[in-house]
Amino acid sequence: MELHFDQELSELKELLLRMSSLAEQSLARALKALVQRDDALAGQIDKDDDELDHLQIEIDDRAIQLIALRQPKAKDLRFIMMATKISTDLERIGDQAVNIAHRVEELNKEPQLKPYVDIPHMAEIGRGMIRDALDAFVYEKPDVARQIITRDNEVDNLNRQLHRELTSFMIEDPHTITRCLNLMSVAHNLERIGDHATNIAEDIVFLYEARDIRHQHE
Amino acid sequence: MDKPIIQINSLNFWYGPKQALFDVTVNIVPHRTTAFIGPSGCGKSTLLRCLNRMNDLIDHTRLEGQLTMDGQDIYAPEVDVIELRKRVGMVFQKSNPFPKSIFDNAAYGLRIQGMSDKTELAGCVENSLRKAALWDEVKDRLSESALMLSGGQQQRLCIARAIAVEPEIVLMDEPCSALDPTATAKIEELIQDLEKYYTIIIVTHNMQQATRCSDYTAFFYLGRLVEFDATTKIFTNPSNKQTEDYITGRFG
Repeated sequence: MELHFDQELSELKELLLRMSSLAEQSLARALKALVQRDDALAGQIDKDDDELDHLQIEIDDRAIQLIALRQPKAKDLRFIMMATKISTDLERIGDQAVNIAHRVEELNKEPQLKPYVDIPHMAEIGRGMIRDALDAFVYEKPDVARQIITRDNEVDNLNRQLHRELTSFMIEDPHTITRCLNLMSVAHNLERIGDHATNIAEDIVFLYEARDIRHQHE
Repeated sequence: MDKPIIQINSLNFWYGPKQALFDVTVNIVPHRTTAFIGPSGCGKSTLLRCLNRMNDLIDHTRLEGQLTMDGQDIYAPEVDVIELRKRVGMVFQKSNPFPKSIFDNAAYGLRIQGMSDKTELAGCVENSLRKAALWDEVKDRLSESALMLSGGQQQRLCIARAIAVEPEIVLMDEPCSALDPTATAKIEELIQDLEKYYTIIIVTHNMQQATRCSDYTAFFYLGRLVEFDATTKIFTNPSNKQTEDYITGRFG
């Protein structure tokens, strides 16, 4: 039996999916702008972010209405609560992509410091985490969500490694400091994206298993 | 969980040839409110009425299994049913005050029990009306007819009448279904206050009511107990798919 309420829940789910694919797209574009030194592409990312911001507000509005008018329980309640939390993390991922785009515009004012290896790798892991979170969410697979969480360590390690490398660049040649700091900032943004993806994964486990796994793997 | 005040063990119940309860096993915790929920015909009211042997009044009923209160079998031949119903009070769906004064309604059970001292009677009546959150509204017109009260006040008077004789357990069968939201809210508040003194079992069709005023919830379907657990658990993360479908409105 398809209820009107089910229809409203599935609209909420659609909005989340739209946010999720936009967030992943922003990250992909930011990285492409970095690697290809493309200022125009970096400039587009702000637009993606506006849409993410609107979607976040729309999701929160609908969530409040559903709670007030439908008095959801059990899995329905978890779904609505998690929708507001997941949308917050997706919106933040969008913000991190915007930050990266701004760093790219700065970096493009000077010659490229070195071939980028670790940063695209970090971004690839981050994108994979967001994509898998989407899959776990759509296909109700908390196990997939759990695997996402373990990948965050890899992102953290790459971030630390990059910091060491860039620090030695700066010590050797102070002319690289501006670029190194910009790259460190990009790495930090990617590290934060990993954290947001982890939050989303935890929310998905809670949604489908009613088990709160936050703060257990730190 | 505290030691149960009522233990229901493998209870089966029939109305003539029709079996209404199947192998129900559940414990009722003292000084807590337990809600029985489920769709019409699921057996929740039947079970409630087994607890003070109200079903004895219906012909051709039959019961198997154990039902004990403080360890004593309430269907044992030596049990005095009148005494049992004193320990297990009941409030019904439709308020049913007697066509007497407010005071006489609240004093009714006490007089039957033989209390005749006027001061003592007045004290007990005041006490029960206070517990039923009605005293402030009626203290100046105790001699007026109970039928002059509003529906919500009449229902609280019925609660006062039930608790005046100091039962251990109060059974409530859809106590708010005939009341408006304001009167309902008052009864729900009252239920939460009364658990200090009594063990309350409430049958309700209103799931919000179960969430608002019960500590434990039992979900029944087709005469069987499907799930019993803390109300917070039942309404946030039920173990059974049927329970989840029912409380989220997807039953059927």
